[in-house]
Amino acid sequence: MDILSLLGNGFAVALTPENLFLALMGCFLGTLMGALPGLGPANGVAILIPIAFSLGLGPTSSLILLTSVYYGAMYGGRISSILLNIPGDEPAMMTCLDGYPMATQGKAGEALSLSGFASFIGAFFATCGLVLLAPQLVKIALLFGPAEYFVLFTVAFATLGGITATNQAKSAFAAALGLGIAMIGSDSQTGSQRFTFDHIHLYDGIDFLIAIVGLFALSEVFIFLENHKSKNTNQTITPKVGRILPDFKMIGRCIPTMARGTGLGFFAGVLPGAGASLGSFLAYSLEKQTVDREGKTFGKGDPRGVAAPEAGNNAASGGALVPMLALGVPGSGTTAVLLAVLLQLNITPGPLLFTKNPDVVWGLIAALFISNFILLAMNIPLVGLFTRVLMVPTRILMPVVAMISFVGIYSITGSTFDVMLMVGFGVAGWVLRKLDVPLVPVILGILLGNQMEVNMRRAMTISDGDWSVFFSSPLAIILWVIAIAGFVLPMIYGRRIREGMKNTDAGV
Amino acid sequence: MSDRIFGGFGLLLAIFYIWAASIIKDSFMVDVVGPRAFPYIVGAVLAICSIYFIVRPDDEPEWPAFRSFSEIVFATAVMLLYAWALPELGFLISTVFATAYLTWRLGTEPLWALLTGLLTSVGIYTVFHLILGLSLAKGPFGF
Repeated sequence: MDILSLLGNGFAVALTPENLFLALMGCFLGTLMGALPGLGPANGVAILIPIAFSLGLGPTSSLILLTSVYYGAMYGGRISSILLNIPGDEPAMMTCLDGYPMATQGKAGEALSLSGFASFIGAFFATCGLVLLAPQLVKIALLFGPAEYFVLFTVAFATLGGITATNQAKSAFAAALGLGIAMIGSDSQTGSQRFTFDHIHLYDGIDFLIAIVGLFALSEVFIFLENHKSKNTNQTITPKVGRILPDFKMIGRCIPTMARGTGLGFFAGVLPGAGASLGSFLAYSLEKQTVDREGKTFGKGDPRGVAAPEAGNNAASGGALVPMLALGVPGSGTTAVLLAVLLQLNITPGPLLFTKNPDVVWGLIAALFISNFILLAMNIPLVGLFTRVLMVPTRILMPVVAMISFVGIYSITGSTFDVMLMVGFGVAGWVLRKLDVPLVPVILGILLGNQMEVNMRRAMTISDGDWSVFFSSPLAIILWVIAIAGFVLPMIYGRRIREGMKNTDAGV
Repeated sequence: MSDRIFGGFGLLLAIFYIWAASIIKDSFMVDVVGPRAFPYIVGAVLAICSIYFIVRPDDEPEWPAFRSFSEIVFATAVMLLYAWALPELGFLISTVFATAYLTWRLGTEPLWALLTGLLTSVGIYTVFHLILGLSLAKGPFGF
């Protein structure tokens, strides 16, 4: 087995003491960030990229650290869902529905250990799926020429709004904004200065890390500043965890539930524009349809209602890595941030990554397996430690987050101009969020803009200026159909799915 | 109404962008498409979306009341000031005040906020500079 020997090499890379330690740290920090409301996986990874980079870690080590944070945050989101009824991150929303009722019945410990186990099952099998599916996708991707790549990037932008997009024009606007920002700086093909207005700080373009940290992390601080008076931020409820030992009978009863959740979640993760939130939503609704048609136990603390969405969202987070690694096109905000990690390390994801840097890919995949086991170990016995972190009031936490963002950006750029630019992105992010303009397409536009343009220009050079090159191969036409469908379908079906999500949410 | 203003703003941005793209100078190297084609497409998408916002605006978002709004303006000012102060005063001193301001505005008693600022600053300095070796801003006193 070719894959097995590659994976074996990967384990050899991932099992060095340094990488193992980084995985451990990443898992711990990730769980922490996932558990804290307001600090999701995308924020967590975004803040840590500049720090990992200025520590001078090698590509594989940085990737191991940051993907462990990614997986850890996915595990951690459930903790505050269950204990406080506040989702730690967006995909953990569905876990509130049955997790919090379980906690109020004094079964918080069982809910936490069960959901930890469900997370493990979801993430573990999704990583297996990644191992099997990604190389297959690479084979297809090797058939892509510049024209197909250009269309593929279009697919990414068209589907990014996702099934739940409220206003596709706003997603398109956001994408164009990101692409427009990416154009700033000297043109990679001809060297012409574009949009720099002879401003020396702009000659190299705008570093995408500045945009990411500003848009994600700082805008969160602004949102919090705006809302802290209306919300009750001083949680006075002391969550009682109860017995932490997992109830193996209950876990056993939930295994079919986890299997269904994992399958659906992985599928939702691989699809462009779906992501972990939809994965957990689908897993929860399907489970409710299958085992509790009359709605007798779901929403009232049914353990299966905790296991399904957790398996779903963790499987989706593994699935989302498939298009990111194999095609270089992320389908969600968090994987867009992971793409930023790769680009920062001068690694171009996509089919060539698997042939050129097999040690990076397989080391990463092996690290995912390892971090899964670390997370399982960390999340069941140590869950009490993480619940204590939830006691830290957000009014102290948020400024710390802001300062760490500043430290990261300053340590890689060392320039006041860049730090001010980050503040500017933070304010812009806040305004865009208020106006319901999604931020992920902006980020993706900044990340992919140059590659998208380069591919367009290469295709045009090959065809000698004939625009029909973008419609000339069957593969390109299929991709166009996907792009158009992905853009138009949400306008038709989006409202129904959104309402479904809202009703399930309100029906507690 | 907010969406209409946003659309108007977006349209201005698009026009500015297309204008800025039109004055890109050619260099001695040329390819078939040139450096202006892709920016034109991006500008066009911006313009079309902006017109859509003007014609079919969404529901009004919940804008904060004047007080929360001024909070954000002041916080932005403090962060910009912080960015300016970093190389002037050094990391430790600037961070104490920036953190203290934010913590205070988020509802901590002023004295406690100052203490939090001090602890955060020293904590970050210890972890990121002394232990992990990141380069932080150096002021006149070397920290």
